Amino acid sequence: MAAGAGSGRTMSSTFLPVRFWLLMPSWLIIGFFLALPVLLMLVYSFLTKEFRGGVIWEPTLAAYDQFLFDRGLFGDDPPQIEWKYISIFLRSIFQATGATILCLIIGFPTAFFIATRNENTKVIWLFLVTVPYWVNLLIRTVSMKFLIRDSGPLNELLITIGAIETPLKLINTNFAVQLGLFYSYLPFMVLPIYAALERYNFTFSEAASDLYAPKWTILRQILIPIIKPGIIAGCILVFVPSLGAFLAPDLLGGAKTFMIGSLIEDQFKGNAGNWPFGAASSMILLSLVMIVLIYYARAQSKEQV
Amino acid sequence: MAIKDAISLEGVRKDFGDFTAISNVTFDIADNEFFTLLGPSGCGKTTLLRMIAGFEETSAGKIKLYGDIIENLPPNKRPINTVFQNYALFPHMTVKENIGFSLKMLGWSKSDINDRVAEMVAMVKLEEFTDRKPSQLSGGQQQRVALARAMASKPKLLLLDEPLSALDLKLRKEMRSELKRLQRDTGITFIFVTHDQEEALSMSDRIAVMSSGKVQQIGNPSEIYDTPANRFVADFIGEANLLNATIQKIDGEKIICRLQSGQILTSKSSSKVNVGQSGTISIRPEKLIIKKQNFKGQYLEGKLGQSTYIGTDTQFEILLDKELSLTVRMQNSSLTSENYKNGDQVFLSIADDAAWFLLD
Amino acid sequence: MEKAFNVKQYNGFYFITCLCLFILYAPLLIVMIYSFNDSLSITRWGGMSLRWYYEVFYGLESEKFKLAAWNSLIIALMAATIATIVATAASIGMVRGGHFKGKSASFGLISLPIMVPEIVTAVATLIFFSAISFKLGVLSILVAHIVFCIPFAYLPISARLQGIEASYEEAAQDLYANRWKTFWHVLMPIMGPGIISGFLLGFIISLDDFIITNFVKGAGVETLPTAIFGAVKQGIKPNIMALSTLLLLFSVFLVTLSYFIGRKGNNLKTNK
Repeated sequence: MAAGAGSGRTMSSTFLPVRFWLLMPSWLIIGFFLALPVLLMLVYSFLTKEFRGGVIWEPTLAAYDQFLFDRGLFGDDPPQIEWKYISIFLRSIFQATGATILCLIIGFPTAFFIATRNENTKVIWLFLVTVPYWVNLLIRTVSMKFLIRDSGPLNELLITIGAIETPLKLINTNFAVQLGLFYSYLPFMVLPIYAALERYNFTFSEAASDLYAPKWTILRQILIPIIKPGIIAGCILVFVPSLGAFLAPDLLGGAKTFMIGSLIEDQFKGNAGNWPFGAASSMILLSLVMIVLIYYARAQSKEQV
Repeated sequence: MAIKDAISLEGVRKDFGDFTAISNVTFDIADNEFFTLLGPSGCGKTTLLRMIAGFEETSAGKIKLYGDIIENLPPNKRPINTVFQNYALFPHMTVKENIGFSLKMLGWSKSDINDRVAEMVAMVKLEEFTDRKPSQLSGGQQQRVALARAMASKPKLLLLDEPLSALDLKLRKEMRSELKRLQRDTGITFIFVTHDQEEALSMSDRIAVMSSGKVQQIGNPSEIYDTPANRFVADFIGEANLLNATIQKIDGEKIICRLQSGQILTSKSSSKVNVGQSGTISIRPEKLIIKKQNFKGQYLEGKLGQSTYIGTDTQFEILLDKELSLTVRMQNSSLTSENYKNGDQVFLSIADDAAWFLLD
Repeated sequence: MEKAFNVKQYNGFYFITCLCLFILYAPLLIVMIYSFNDSLSITRWGGMSLRWYYEVFYGLESEKFKLAAWNSLIIALMAATIATIVATAASIGMVRGGHFKGKSASFGLISLPIMVPEIVTAVATLIFFSAISFKLGVLSILVAHIVFCIPFAYLPISARLQGIEASYEEAAQDLYANRWKTFWHVLMPIMGPGIISGFLLGFIISLDDFIITNFVKGAGVETLPTAIFGAVKQGIKPNIMALSTLLLLFSVFLVTLSYFIGRKGNNLKTNK
């Protein structure tokens, strides 16, 4: 068929001649105030630190060196691997992975349950899941902190019903941070999986059951492979912000639960005041995220073939 | 020429990359004509219409509207309006606002707009629905709004892109005469695009049959049906028995051909032909008559095959030999007494003007 | 005998859904309840009272919070408005621009603020502002917010536009509307629900933001989240809970609003 002949989906030429003028403002704003700053940040990560913030324009690898090696107090010892920062990154990856798995375990059945309701009740369930996503993240994290404090309502309840005698030590633990991350980003997992299930044709499941497949096999071998792009999207939407999260580790965690976000913040707003090191840490975080996103893009384009 | 043509296309061409959607189309449409572009989907008729409307640029050629060159004007500068296939009624506007839209854009005063809108609403008989939104109207009503909207500014040319295709059969037939009436009453030149030959034959003053980006034939409905210019037109318009044949003798208007299976048949043609040329003979199924006895005049002999009852008519398959068969269609009212059985020996009477020779 | 089963029903999924909602809502409801606590101690229940709400509006810290709330509101309104305009233009350019070289690069650039982790955006923006000696304050916050509001506004707007057939614009042009009038009288009203959702999403995201604002706000300038964060660092006080409850209700109001606008938008779309 000739390009679009006869179909209503032909390309209108109304705005085609001015498309670059229409795109220009967004390009300029994001290019000038985000893409350029990220490049500048890359440059800063190779500059010399100035005490109390800022940089001296002298190129050095000091920031990356500090990240990887320990050269003693005066910097003249033979270099040894510095585990301090690497372990912060590893902990961040671990925490983000844990939060993603938790979100998936709770989020998938929830999305499935909502997607299989009838049209009227579906809307209500979906509304209930979306509302927390719109509530201020800071407020949600503070609420969680309030709930799981040593003398908070959760511990009080557990003591009152006699389940425990001394308060559970939840706050300032890795578990608290993971709970916080899970709680922050749970809606991000539910929504894309729900969207994928909405497009899923349940006659596939019925066909499988007709062909003697047991229930859980249908889920594993038919439904999940088909809606996999939605599941991966949900995992990425939870994993990526968890990796660089600041509020949950800062408010619910302590010194032992330090994550990348807090480390970076400390270089600019806190006591460390080392801008090149903060820039370098940010670059490493950004690279990690980009690797995940590129992997995702690859997987997506493979699906489409 | 005293009277200018409403629109003339000279060597119009459209390429989409390597693909040529329209190649070298040239024709004129007279003032006040109901002109139809007919062809299968993908033949380029919609692309041609979109070029006349201004939605697609021409790759080459000229388009003139009453003598003025318009192919470089944007759609909003052309006094040509379109009735879209899906109507494209603005969903956020009422019927009245939809119909008055072009007048508002042309800067008419409020009272003038109101007068014209009232006139248009009356013309398409939608007086009771002026304050409704398109989504509150039936398909037929939406169709009328689309027509009124396109005609409100009295365009010099109205383009209709398969406007009846979304309607059900009964409504479609009603709208045919309605469209014809509107065209007569307003005196606007119509270009109507369709793939439905019945629509084209019943409404048009002239038809251009298109296929793979080219105009195959232009003519009035009976010319197109009775004297097709080539095999494609004969095959596309109505049903036809197409038989390969070679010219043996030419006797004035009569062209005497020999069929592949050996029979001799007399035919006519609009092309200049010579003895020895090969081509196709087209015979309409309803122009053949089945007889049980031998008779004087031109006939072909065969065996009766399958017969199919289709309401008013019955369609017969006549086997001339092992490979060659003809379709014959006879009205059931003329078939009362005689009893046709599978395998009967029959004679097919062929009138002098029934066989039409087409050069390959 | 095994019973016939429904492929849409799995045991335990209902329970997990309820658990999911419980986890999402329990902390919020607890804070809401405790915001009405008359007691000075945040732990002990001392009866119902509105004293902490009074404290939010008229207490010692009320001036600070009012100013912060005002900053937040102004910044969110302006950032969302500008981002919506920019995103609407960009949506038309992308969705109605046909194929052009660098189209996916253009999409990548527009969605860059969503892809880059917030903390990285915060660092990069701070470094950039300091390098060009841009004074940190309300204006720097506004600029940063516009940047990350653009993709959030872009998503619902372009999604809506993708669902609108191009023949509406063609019809408008055919009926003598020029490009601007086509946009103003036809395309924009049909895109309306998408534009409003885009605006509301941008507004909420701006109102919500803590990390980036915290980096680029400069000394002394506070938005509501940074003010709350500062207060929480000294311990959760009941007035913070009252303030949180108010903000929470405001968010619920906004999401309900956008929900109903979205429904109306769907009605508009069924035009056949």
